[in-house]
Amino acid sequence: MDRFVFLTVDGLSRGAVYAAFALALVLIWRGTRIINFAQGVMAVVTAYLAYSISNATGSYWVGFIVALASGLVLGAVVELAVMRRVEHAPPLNAVIVALGLVLFGQGVLGMIYGNQYRPAEAPFSRVAMTVAGVPVVSRYDLFVFGAVLVLMLAVAALFTRTATGLRMRAAAFEPMVSRLLGVNVARTLTLGWALAGLVGALAGLLVLPTGLGLHPTAMDLVFVSAFTAAVVGGLDSPAGAVVGGLVVGLVLSYVGGYVDSAATPLAVLGLLVAVLLVRPGGLFSGTTARRV
Amino acid sequence: MLSGIGVRFGGLVALDDVSLQVPDDTVVGIIGPNGAGKTTLFNVVCGFVRPQAGSMSWQGAPLRPKPQRLARLGIARTLQGDGLFAGLTVLENVMVGATRFARAGFGQGLLGLPGSARDERALREQALACLDQLGMADQADRMPGSLPYPLRKRVGLARALVSRPKLLLLDEPAGGLGGEDVDELAALIRGLPGQGCAVLLVEHHMDLVMQVSEHIVVLDFGRVIAAGPPDKIRDDPAVAEAYLGTEAGEASVSQP
Repeated sequence: MDRFVFLTVDGLSRGAVYAAFALALVLIWRGTRIINFAQGVMAVVTAYLAYSISNATGSYWVGFIVALASGLVLGAVVELAVMRRVEHAPPLNAVIVALGLVLFGQGVLGMIYGNQYRPAEAPFSRVAMTVAGVPVVSRYDLFVFGAVLVLMLAVAALFTRTATGLRMRAAAFEPMVSRLLGVNVARTLTLGWALAGLVGALAGLLVLPTGLGLHPTAMDLVFVSAFTAAVVGGLDSPAGAVVGGLVVGLVLSYVGGYVDSAATPLAVLGLLVAVLLVRPGGLFSGTTARRV
Repeated sequence: MLSGIGVRFGGLVALDDVSLQVPDDTVVGIIGPNGAGKTTLFNVVCGFVRPQAGSMSWQGAPLRPKPQRLARLGIARTLQGDGLFAGLTVLENVMVGATRFARAGFGQGLLGLPGSARDERALREQALACLDQLGMADQADRMPGSLPYPLRKRVGLARALVSRPKLLLLDEPAGGLGGEDVDELAALIRGLPGQGCAVLLVEHHMDLVMQVSEHIVVLDFGRVIAAGPPDKIRDDPAVAEAYLGTEAGEASVSQP
């Protein structure tokens, strides 16, 4: 029973991060029909920045804030400088350009920081607090839940409560019609990428302390899990990304705990294949019809 | 005001030396057989198609349109079909149409500053008022897909009107509507010039065009073949020929 509680909480905590990361993928997919394979390396770049800033200032939180802000900027820069040129090209071009960005980013990070693991510090204790003798949840897990929850609420409020969010939704559905109505669609795309950059940066900062640490390829497996989460939930659905993230987190945690931790990458891929075979549009695909 | 507009797609001449004017507070109708270039003309005005020849002006200044700038210039357009955002509610659809009145930017939205929420409320109120005028306030929270087609067309109209345009481009507003709905639409269009909105109307429904237009331009194969008030157009032999493909007299004989 202890084990089950531990694995569930751990799974939900990882799942929350996957949900955030999947949300970043969904934000970009909705606007541009591009899967941003470079999302992981973008997050790693901001995490290294946080590492450098935190070391220089001695404060985790200064690095944290700088990383989020740089995620926002990095997202916008990647869209304006690179992705804009392939948005209207065949989908494969965007995939290849994104993979190119991955290699480029990992190469540059390796040159600057070296290819060894560096410690990624957690701002709170990762030791689980016990309730009635059962270790339940660590302070760091609570921080992860809180941060992801705040993020989700902020994104939801942006989309449903602000004129900018309304424009972004409209542009994602019908770019031509939106332009006619006075929406600067190109700008909403840049905003979408910027937002995804911020969301991805947060996910990276939250997940890295739970793994081996900071490394240019540290987000590769996280990307696969988050991509699976996005597909499980349906790439068009932000709510689906959240549910998908939690599902993937739990599955990985149970498989790692009850079967074998070496089997988790296989489990992710198995889940991905199963969803694609059974319900290729994702679990939440029925909710939003879309003309292509 | 358009003069000498020419558009070619490869070897196909879509518009050839087309000139027309929409004076303030009037309704101008454009008719013509399928493929005559009516929609291309709209796309030129909206900036989706760049003309190779000719020039346009709007309120005394030269017009080099970009689609996303139109609303700010006071020009709005409806689309063939409904063109609504399927994933947004009726009210949100109309709110997007009012988006030119929004001031707060993305940064404010992200930080949740009050300006952005105030903006959103203002848009919401304008959109509701507009739906109310068209008698659709009670449908505001429904999804467009759940509405019958005539109501969807009306949402599209509300979405164009909410930006308070000086010129409204209507692309087949009566398409797919029944007789009663067309009558309502006619009354609505006739009322627009009184509210300071000129109308350029492309329509196949001949009765509607004749009823509401003060001036009619007839296009055929990309050229203006006739222009004038409805009575003159009705009796113009060139118009009958363009529509029926032969002499008007012969056509009426050969068709039982």
